[in-house]
Amino acid sequence: MTTPNGQDRGRDADLVRRLLGPEAPELSCEECFDRLDEYVELSLAGGSADERVPGMRVHLEGCPACAEDYESLRDLVETEEN
Amino acid sequence: MTIPSETATETSDARTAETNLWMRRLTGEGPEREAAVGELHALLLRAARFEIERRRVSLPHLRGGDLDDLAHQSAHDALVALLGKLDQFRGESRFTTWAYKFALLEAGVKMRRRAWQGRELPLEEQGWALLADTGSRPDRSAEEAELVAAVREEIDRSLSARQREVLIAVTLNDVPIDVLAERLGATRGALYKSLHDGRRKLRAALAERGFQIGQKGEA
Repeated sequence: MTTPNGQDRGRDADLVRRLLGPEAPELSCEECFDRLDEYVELSLAGGSADERVPGMRVHLEGCPACAEDYESLRDLVETEEN
Repeated sequence: MTIPSETATETSDARTAETNLWMRRLTGEGPEREAAVGELHALLLRAARFEIERRRVSLPHLRGGDLDDLAHQSAHDALVALLGKLDQFRGESRFTTWAYKFALLEAGVKMRRRAWQGRELPLEEQGWALLADTGSRPDRSAEEAELVAAVREEIDRSLSARQREVLIAVTLNDVPIDVLAERLGATRGALYKSLHDGRRKLRAALAERGFQIGQKGEA
């Protein structure tokens, strides 16, 4: 069971993480959009998406809007394939 | 399930052929191109409806007709954007996957903006208050309280006004970056660059003060 104290600490850590963002090099939003289709297909195929599209995962960790676009495209393609 | 390599090759060939057919028809002329554009619009509309269905909980007051209007607007805008970038398609994915992202982007942005239509953006003070509450709780260790206090000081001291505005709105007040971009007359990319640069300055300032910031921003 998570104690209120534990929940507070989790929230603190999450807040600081969101403020500071990811540290590693990342794509811009434009580059993310340009390569999103490729990254989604590689991810769904179980391939080396992060090796083939470096900086994408870091960007998705830091940019909530692009992360939502990624999830939507992944889910739509997965739905269509099934 | 592992797909036998021969089947995988056949699947890949079929996808390549499908992509080539789309490109040939869309870059052609006359009735064949018109038919392809019509099919593409239908495909984009399907993707826009998919996205709107996912997000409709954020707009409980909108009726089905309003949502379908948004889907049609999204499909139209996506079609215009896509046709303008057709020469940029590099074939790194299926054509349909490439096309879907235009409709999902348009629908997602429109839904976020509609959800915030008529709403004032939260003030910076509200974000500051959240940070102050976090730092002043008595159950915080001295190190945690010190880090939060330092974060707040450096946001105020090290960041430009625009960097501070974007950081607080997006990370503390949960304003969608597309909504903020619309209000500030900017693009998502430009605002994200402000956010990225601000975060980098913040991490550097904290490191200079001796804070050990982990890979994911954890102290």
